[in-house]
Amino acid sequence: MSDTGATALDASWGGGTSPFNVSWQKLMMWIFIITDALLFAGLLVAYGFVRVASPSWPDQNVAFDMNYITMMTFTLIASSWSMACAVSASSAGNKKHVTIFLWMTIIGGLFFLGMQVYEWSHFIHEGARLTSNPWGVQQFSTCFFVITGFHGMHVTTGVIILLVVAIRSALGKSTATGVENAGLYWHFVDLVWVFVFALFYLV
Amino acid sequence: MSEGHDDHDHGKQSFISKYIFSFDHKMIGKQYLTLTMFMAVIGGALAMLVRLQLGYPGQHAEFWEKLFPAGMSQGVMTPEFYVMLFTMHGTIMVFFVLSIGPVSGFGNYLIPLQIGARDMAFPFLNMLSFWTVLPGAMIIILSFFVEGGAAASGWTAYPPLSAIRSAIPGSALGQTLWLIGMIFFVASFTMGGLNFVVTILNMRTKGLNMMKLPLTTWAQFVVGILGLLSFPALAAGAILLLFDRSLGTSFFLPAGIFIGDELFPHQGGSPLLWQHLFWFLGHPEVYIIMLPALGFTSDILSTFTRRPIFGYRSMVYAIMAIGFLSFIVWGHHMFVSGMSPFLGTVFTMTTLCIAVPSAVKTFNWLATLWRAKIRFTTPMLFALAIVSLFVTGGLTGIFLGTNAVDIQLHDTYFVVAHFHFIMAGAGLFGLLAAVYYWYPKMFGRHMNEGLSKIHFWFTFLAYYGVFFPMHYLGIAGMMRRIYDPNTYDYLKPLQPVNTFITLAAFVLGAAQFIFFFNYFWSMFRGKKVVSENPWEANTLEWSTPIEPGHGNWPGELPEVYRWPYDYQQPDEEGDHAPQWQAPSKVGTK
Repeated sequence: MSDTGATALDASWGGGTSPFNVSWQKLMMWIFIITDALLFAGLLVAYGFVRVASPSWPDQNVAFDMNYITMMTFTLIASSWSMACAVSASSAGNKKHVTIFLWMTIIGGLFFLGMQVYEWSHFIHEGARLTSNPWGVQQFSTCFFVITGFHGMHVTTGVIILLVVAIRSALGKSTATGVENAGLYWHFVDLVWVFVFALFYLV
Repeated sequence: MSEGHDDHDHGKQSFISKYIFSFDHKMIGKQYLTLTMFMAVIGGALAMLVRLQLGYPGQHAEFWEKLFPAGMSQGVMTPEFYVMLFTMHGTIMVFFVLSIGPVSGFGNYLIPLQIGARDMAFPFLNMLSFWTVLPGAMIIILSFFVEGGAAASGWTAYPPLSAIRSAIPGSALGQTLWLIGMIFFVASFTMGGLNFVVTILNMRTKGLNMMKLPLTTWAQFVVGILGLLSFPALAAGAILLLFDRSLGTSFFLPAGIFIGDELFPHQGGSPLLWQHLFWFLGHPEVYIIMLPALGFTSDILSTFTRRPIFGYRSMVYAIMAIGFLSFIVWGHHMFVSGMSPFLGTVFTMTTLCIAVPSAVKTFNWLATLWRAKIRFTTPMLFALAIVSLFVTGGLTGIFLGTNAVDIQLHDTYFVVAHFHFIMAGAGLFGLLAAVYYWYPKMFGRHMNEGLSKIHFWFTFLAYYGVFFPMHYLGIAGMMRRIYDPNTYDYLKPLQPVNTFITLAAFVLGAAQFIFFFNYFWSMFRGKKVVSENPWEANTLEWSTPIEPGHGNWPGELPEVYRWPYDYQQPDEEGDHAPQWQAPSKVGTK
C-alpha cells in the first residue's frame, strides 16, 4: 500500500475531511434525488411500456390545451429561477432577499398546483376516469392521473419544505445549507416536470 | 465532522432513549439483529411446514387441525395454505432476515466503528429507518391473520395472481398488506442506504482513505448504492400494482382474464412489465444480501489465517464489478416469460460475466488460505463454509444463466437448490459468521465455544443435506412450488429423496435452537472479554473499549496509519499491526 503519488488524492479522500468538499446534508440530498429520480424513471418506463404495447394512443393535442400546459411549465420554471435567487441571496447572507424569493417560489409552486387542480377537474369533467376516457385506450388517462398525480405530490411536498424553510429563515434559524438543500429538491421537482411534459404531453 | 456526540451528554439516559428510540448506531444495529432473529424464527417455521408437506404429502395429523384450523382442515394441508407458506417464507427470509440482518444490522453496527466515526451521519434518520421497517414487518406478520390469509403469489408477486383480488384466497387483503409492508421496507432501506453511503464517504477518520477500508465496509458501501438504485423500481412497481388491485387500472393485466365464470374488464396491460420492474430490483437484491457476507468472509479469513488478504485491490474491484453487473442481468429471470432469443443471448452474456469477478474473489480467498496456519475458531469455520457454498452455488449459476440450459431447468428444484446455496446460504452463514465474530464487541462476552462448534457442524452438514439433493430433483423435472409431487407418476420415485431432505431440514431447523440458546445465555453468562482485541484483529472497531459507549471512543478519534491487513509484516514486531498503530520505522509502508 504505497502512498507515493497519492498525496493529492489523499488530501481530499484521506479521511478526516469530506471528499467532495460538501457537508453530509448536501451529499445526502443529492443521493436522495438520484433515488427519487429512479422512482420517476420506474413510472415513466412503465408508461412507455404500456404505450408501446398499446395498438393506438390518443392525440394529446385533442385531449389537452397545449397552451395551458405550456403556461404551467413556464410557471414552474419561473419558480426555479426565484429559488436560485433565494439560494444565491442566502449564500451572500442577505436575509431579506432570501425571504422574499422563497415566498415568490412558494407562490409559484402554489400557482402551479392550482393550475393542475383546474386541469384535473377539467379533464374529469370531459369524461376522463382512472380506467376510461373518451379519447382512446384506458392507459392514457391512467398514466395521466398516476404520473401527474405523483409529480403533484412531490410539488406539494416541496411547497411544504419551502414553507418550513421560509419561516425558519424569517426567524433567523435557517442556514445557507438548509436553503440550498431545499433548492436542490425544488429544482429536481421542476426537472422531473420537464421530463413529464416532454414524454407525456409532447411525444 | 462528527455531530458533537459528547460521551458526557449520554450519561443519564432513560430506558426509552437508550434501548427503544436510541440514536446510537450500535443499539440500532442490535435492534435490527433482534428483529432479524424474530423474523428468522417465523420464516424458518414456515420452511419446516413446507418441508413437512413435501416429505410426507397428504399426511393426516389431528394435531395440525387445532393449530391451523383453516390451512390444515381435517389435519391435511390444503394447497392454498401451502402456496401461502412458501410465499411468506421467501418474502420474510429475503427481505426481513437476510437484508435487514447483514446489511441494516451489521452495517449500522460496524460502519462507524470501522471508519472511526462517532456515529452515522444522520442518527435521527437511522433511528427512523428502524422504526419504519418494524411496522413493515408487523404488517407482514399480521397479514397471516386476515381473511384469506397472507399473500400466496410467491415472493415475486407475479400478476395476474397478485393483481386480481379474487384470484386465490391469498390474493385478497393479504396481498395488499404484503405490498404495503414492502413499501415500508423500501422506505426504511432507502433511509439506511443514504446514511451508509454518506457516512462512508464523509465521516472517515484521519488517514483512512478509501483503499484502506476493510472489505466489510467496502461491501456495505456498494450495497448502499445498490439499494438506492434498485429499490425505486420495486417501489414504482408496488405502487402500480396497488392501483391495479384497488382502483381497477390495467398496468399489469391484459384483456381476457377469466376467473371462475367471471370475465375481468381489464385490458391493454402486460404481466411482463411487473417482471421487468421486479427483477430490476430483484437481481441487485441478491447481491445486497450476498456482498456483506463476502466482505465478512474476507475479513474473517484474513484474521484467522494471520495473513494479508490476497489481492485486496482486485477484491475491491470485484465488489464494484459485481455491483455494476447486477443491474444488467435481470432478464435471466425471465428466459421463459416470452423473451426474444436474441435478447436472451445478451442477458446470458452479461450473466456469465459475473462469473469473472466471483472467481476472482474465490481464488483470492483460496490464495489467502493456501498453506496458512489457520486458527479454526467458529467464525472461521462459518467463513470457510461460505467459500464452499459460494463455489457450489456459483457453479450452478452458470447452468442457469445460460438460456439454452435454463429453459429446461427454469422453475425446477435446481433453481431452488441454486439460490439457497449462493444467496440464502452465503447470506445466512455470513450472518452467523458475523454474529460469532463480533459478539465479543457487541456484548463484552464470548459465546460458548463448544456449543458454537456443535451448531456449526449440524448447520453446515444439514444445509448440504437439504439443498444438495435438490439439484437432482430439479434435473429429474420436479417443479418449484409444487404442492404434491406425487400428482405426477414420473415424480413418484423421488419421494424418498424428498423425505430425506425433509428430515435434514428438521435437523437444520432444530440446530438453530443451539444458536439461540448460546446467543442469549452468553449475553448474561458467557465468559467475559478481557482484551479489547480478543481476535488480535486489525480493524478499527477493536480499538474501542470492551463495551464502547455512545460516541465509540472515549477520547480523541483514532488516526489510521495503514491498511487493515498488516499481518506478519517483516517490518513490524509481533504478528500483526492494527490500523491505529503508527509505523515503527520512518519511511516504510
